[in-house]
Amino acid sequence: MLGPIDKRFIAQREAGTMSRRVFLKVTSLAGAGFVVGCGSDPEPAQQVAATASPATAAPPASPPAAQASMNAFVKVGADNTVTVAIKHLDKGQGVTTGLPTIVAEEMDAAWSQMRAEFAPADAERYKNLFFGVQGTGGSTSIANSWQQLRMAGAAARNMLVQAAAAEWGVPEGDITVANGQLMLGDGERKATFGEMAAAAAGMTPPEEPALKQPEDFTLIGTHVPRLDSNAKTDGSAEFTIDVTRPGMLVAVVAHPPRFGATVASFDDSKARAVSGVSDVVQIPRGVAVLADSYWSALQGRRALDVTWNFDAAENRGTDALFDEYRQKMNEAGVEVRNDGDADGALGAAERSVRADFEFPYLAHATMEPMDCVVELTADGCDVYTGSQLQTVDQGIVAQITGRAPEQVRIHTRFAGGSFGRRAVPDSDFVAEAAMIASAIDGRAPVKLQWSREDDMRGGRYRPMSTHRMEATLDDEGNITAWRHRIATQSILTGTPFAGLIQNGIDTSSTEGAHTLPYAIDNLKVELHTMENGVPVLWWRSVGHTHTAYATEVFFDRVAREGGKDPLELRRALLKDHPRHLAVLNLAAEKAGWDQPLPEGRARGIAVHESFNSFVAEVAEVTVADDGKFSVDRIVCAVDCGVAINPDVVKAQMEGGIGYGLSAALREAVTLVDGEVQESNFHAYRPLRINEMPAVEVHIVPSGENPTGVGEPGTPPVAPAVANALMAATGKMIGVLPIGDRVSA
Amino acid sequence: MAINLTVNGEARSVDVQSDKPLLWVLREDLGLTGTRFGCGIAQCGACTVHLNGQPIRACVTPATAAANGEITTIEGADSAAAAAVQAAWRELDVVQCGYCQSGQMMSASALLAKNVAPTDADIDAAMQGNLCRCATYVRIRAAIHRAAEMLEG
Repeated sequence: MLGPIDKRFIAQREAGTMSRRVFLKVTSLAGAGFVVGCGSDPEPAQQVAATASPATAAPPASPPAAQASMNAFVKVGADNTVTVAIKHLDKGQGVTTGLPTIVAEEMDAAWSQMRAEFAPADAERYKNLFFGVQGTGGSTSIANSWQQLRMAGAAARNMLVQAAAAEWGVPEGDITVANGQLMLGDGERKATFGEMAAAAAGMTPPEEPALKQPEDFTLIGTHVPRLDSNAKTDGSAEFTIDVTRPGMLVAVVAHPPRFGATVASFDDSKARAVSGVSDVVQIPRGVAVLADSYWSALQGRRALDVTWNFDAAENRGTDALFDEYRQKMNEAGVEVRNDGDADGALGAAERSVRADFEFPYLAHATMEPMDCVVELTADGCDVYTGSQLQTVDQGIVAQITGRAPEQVRIHTRFAGGSFGRRAVPDSDFVAEAAMIASAIDGRAPVKLQWSREDDMRGGRYRPMSTHRMEATLDDEGNITAWRHRIATQSILTGTPFAGLIQNGIDTSSTEGAHTLPYAIDNLKVELHTMENGVPVLWWRSVGHTHTAYATEVFFDRVAREGGKDPLELRRALLKDHPRHLAVLNLAAEKAGWDQPLPEGRARGIAVHESFNSFVAEVAEVTVADDGKFSVDRIVCAVDCGVAINPDVVKAQMEGGIGYGLSAALREAVTLVDGEVQESNFHAYRPLRINEMPAVEVHIVPSGENPTGVGEPGTPPVAPAVANALMAATGKMIGVLPIGDRVSA
Repeated sequence: MAINLTVNGEARSVDVQSDKPLLWVLREDLGLTGTRFGCGIAQCGACTVHLNGQPIRACVTPATAAANGEITTIEGADSAAAAAVQAAWRELDVVQCGYCQSGQMMSASALLAKNVAPTDADIDAAMQGNLCRCATYVRIRAAIHRAAEMLEG
């Protein structure tokens, strides 16, 4: 997600990561300073996110050992642990492993001594260097942290060496570091990091910390175990839903049944009579019921009688919206890209192909429904949540609660999935929790807990869209022109990121379409930006969720029309894109593209770049005579630059494939007369284990700077499956979701 | 009303509404937050616990219905099958966001307790009630096979 924001900062990335001098300013001098041997943080509530200790679940009985800060990212404990401040949200993508790996590598630490904890909200120290604010998205966590954490680790190592040199009275150059051990010569003197921590924190950080050469990496590129596996395997990992504060009330909110509706009036007499219910308060987003437990609050909400005002509501259904979008397919849209003369070519062509595509609204449907704890205090406000845009959440909670932003302390918790859902420009559920806490004047801490139904009907969907694809062919079946017209809502309009919209074009609507890599002389991409009252948001891979499907499925359609092999035609038109070509060829080779398949089975391939990573996937499907089909196997090749932890990269590809396949097969949010029809997992039916194909992931070796893996596995899977189904049946699938069968 | 429960081998007494689901009694009244809420209608399996060794969905089971049985949650899962499942989960780094994994492991350990060598079809049948939006399914399957090996070894 946050693709466009990613792009704004792309120049910064391409110009080279920030200079070392800037780094030192950011991470060491202007930030935390040096807290020498202090017994506890100024802000002790930050959670230890993960530990590398063996299977024992019990937290240590003794108070935490004294820790010395080397810089804003690295603390070394007297107990010889190294704790890395994680400025990003962990929502499963592995940041509590990947980011500490980078630090450990440059420190020459032992993996077993590494720990992770979530950083507080502090944009000065912990901003995403591609966003300018603290936040997670666009598959940028590793990419934006790469140089920053390498330098943080290298600086900490240097300070430990300085401390050892001073204590031992030897030149720094005589000291080596390996596996968390400082050593003089052949072992005349030895010390752990922990033993030198307090002294090291008092050393002057180096202006230009020396970084390792990639050939000297011992952790990066290897499979170190995830730091969060233990806590997530014994039930002890703390998600927002698990947070309890003394005297806390649990709130559920009656939201309007249509987007944009408001409260006309309500009768809370029965709700207040429910055992455990303490308060019923109106807030700008509905009516909140507070109680001593979730169950009581839920019963209270059931007894609540609210009359809604639908004057400003979106009262249409998705059928009507699709009709409106389809009309737009007959009109030229705003020009996003125009190479050559596609309009002219299409007007004059003797041979052309046209196809229309339709994509529904999609819910993120994270396993943990949205939730947030807000506690107002005399000197500020504490927020416990899986915050994905800490700076934005901090500012909005400050506004609602009448605090200064720096008085709002955000305690980031593990998130039970996000896929973009927890990065909301208006802070959505975080704001809602703050409104409720304010409505009871901060009398008690408040946990806002959404039910599954609240979550499913809470909007912030992947926008629906229609696409019209047209191409012309010459006598040999070569593509001579390509025109791609898209109608969809803008995600960025009306948000603090609206400034990224240029000339009326929100490029998150067309990313993947206007960046089409194929060598086609006449190529045009047009956009109709649609407006309606259904709130939309980035959803794992954002615009690529639909553009990759439309472009890659239409490509196969055109190849077949021209009598070309889809893989060969891709190879021919990607000659100047070596990274696309490499993943394409690797996936094809590993899938045995040239090997015959048994009757009823077929393969399809798709390749797509997103978030600066390149992924190709080959799908194998089996289609029965009655049209029922299964997706049996996905072979994936990925180029994400340096793979910090290849096993985490594989996990993200597996997960991205499952998430994309789930949407392709069955997911859709539909509205009738403005009301969302799907309420829970019986109606919105994600992929289950019996439908998950075998997945093989192959990583292209690379020395390029690392790029993201959270999202790029998702876009190619749906088109790869559709292309396999086209190979089996000869028919192109233009409307998603596909469903459980195809017309054979 | 007062309800007496046996949870993870300990006798516990709570005073709650008669219709309060076991899930919320475990989480809110007994502080056992490792069992998670996902849907409230037995469609996702995040709340899976064992009642007398059988996997049940705690979100639709009134606590009163569990009063005479032995309840086991992730915090007290210490059978041979549960230990093997947790070890295999760690060995293969199954987790991503981790939210559904308590329920996944409770379903998996119930499967292995009665079937020490499950086939893929057995795994599909036993595990398809447990959703994972991170789609860690490939590793869940592999980890169940690995746990079966450990139990055999």
